[in-house]
Amino acid sequence: MCTTCGCGSGQTRIGGRAIKPSRKSGEQMQYRVHENNSAHTHEHEHAHSHDSIDFGTDPAGSHAPGMSQARMVKIERDILSKNDSYANDNRGYLAAHGIFALNLVSSPGSGKTTLLVKTIEALDNELKLAVIEGDQQTDNDAARIRATGAPALQINTGKGCHLDAFMVGKAMQQLGLQDDSLLLIENVGNLVCPASFDLGEAHKVAILSVTEGEDKPLKYPDMFRASDLMLLNKCDLLPYLTFDADLAVANARRVNPNIQVIRTSATSGEGMDEWLAWIKAGCQKAVAGRNSL
Amino acid sequence: MHEMSLAEGVLQIIEDSAQTQNFSRVKTVWLEIGQLAGVEAEAMRFCFEAVVRDSIAQDAKLEIIETPGQAWCMQCSDTVQVQALYDLCPRCGSHQLQVTGGNEMRVKELEVE
Repeated sequence: MCTTCGCGSGQTRIGGRAIKPSRKSGEQMQYRVHENNSAHTHEHEHAHSHDSIDFGTDPAGSHAPGMSQARMVKIERDILSKNDSYANDNRGYLAAHGIFALNLVSSPGSGKTTLLVKTIEALDNELKLAVIEGDQQTDNDAARIRATGAPALQINTGKGCHLDAFMVGKAMQQLGLQDDSLLLIENVGNLVCPASFDLGEAHKVAILSVTEGEDKPLKYPDMFRASDLMLLNKCDLLPYLTFDADLAVANARRVNPNIQVIRTSATSGEGMDEWLAWIKAGCQKAVAGRNSL
Repeated sequence: MHEMSLAEGVLQIIEDSAQTQNFSRVKTVWLEIGQLAGVEAEAMRFCFEAVVRDSIAQDAKLEIIETPGQAWCMQCSDTVQVQALYDLCPRCGSHQLQVTGGNEMRVKELEVE
C-alpha cells in the first residue's frame, strides 16, 4: 500500500491493464487518458513533467511524484559496539570466575616481556596465572613465558595492530583459565591503536621505559589516558641517561590526573615489590567480587 | 591504522541495520567523531572507501561530524573546551581535567533506499 495516499500498488491500472509498480529509469511511459470505467479514479496534482513517472521501488510502494525513495535511518550506535559487547562477555566471565585481568600496553621494546617473566618468577607460584601474548608474528614471546612454567598462548594478529576482545575471548577459552587466577595480556607493541579496544580487562597498564622520551605521554595521550597504572621501566638505566623521570610522570598526570605510577626495573628488581603488591591486591578484590556474586 | 578496524565496524553496523530496517543501498553515512576520539578523519575516509567496496554501501558518501572536546575542570568547577587530551584548562591552566565530551565515535544516521 502506498504510504502517501493509501492506494494499493496493484490497483493502479492504465487502459484496464495493471502496471508494474516500478519501472526502469529512462523507459518512457505511454500515457492514455483514464476511461470512465477505470478502476483507479484517484488523481494527483501533477507539477512535474510528463516525460516519466516514478512509481517508486521501496517496499511501501510510495508513488508520490518527484519524491525520492531515499529515507533516513537513525542508527546512533558506537562504532566499537561490537568489540565492546565481546569485551563485556569477557568481563562477565572473568568476574564470575574471580580472575584479575591486566592488559599491558606499550611501544615495542619497552621491556614488557622481560618484566612479565620477572613478575612470574617473583610470584613463585603464589598465584595461579596465565598469559596471552599478542604480536603481529612469531611465537617467541609465548615461548619465553612458557619457559617459566606458566601457561601462555600466542595470538598473531597478522596485519592487525592491536588485540581485540573477540581474539582475547577465543584465547581465554583455549587457555582454560582457572578460578581465582591472574590473567596477563601482553598487547601488541603499539602506543596508538590498543587504547581504543577494550578487552574486558580490569586495568590497562602502560609501560614506559626510560630509554624513550619523557614526552611520550603527550605524544600518545590516548594510551596514557586509558591506563590506570604506568610502570616506568628500566629505571636501573637512569644514571646513564638524561631522562627526567619526574617530568615523564608529570606529563602522564597531565594527560590522566588519576594515573598511578610505579618505577620498576626488571634487571635490578627496583619497584617489583610495589608492583607485585598492586597485582595481589587486585586479585584479592577479584576473588572477593566473585564470592559476593 | 586502527581506522581500518573501525571502518569494518561501521560496515558491520550498516549491514546489521540493512537486515532489520530493510534497505539495499546506502547513499550517505553520517559518523560522529569526537575531537578527542583518537580517530583521524582522513584516514577514516580512506579506510571506509576500501572496506565498502562491493558492499551495499559502495559509493556511499561519508559525512563526518566532528564534535568538540569538552572537559570538566576541577579547579574552575566548570565545563571547558579542549582541543587535545593533554590540554591545560584554558581558564586556570590546571591539568585537573576530566574529559566529558568529544571522545565519541558513532554511526549517527544513514540515508538509504
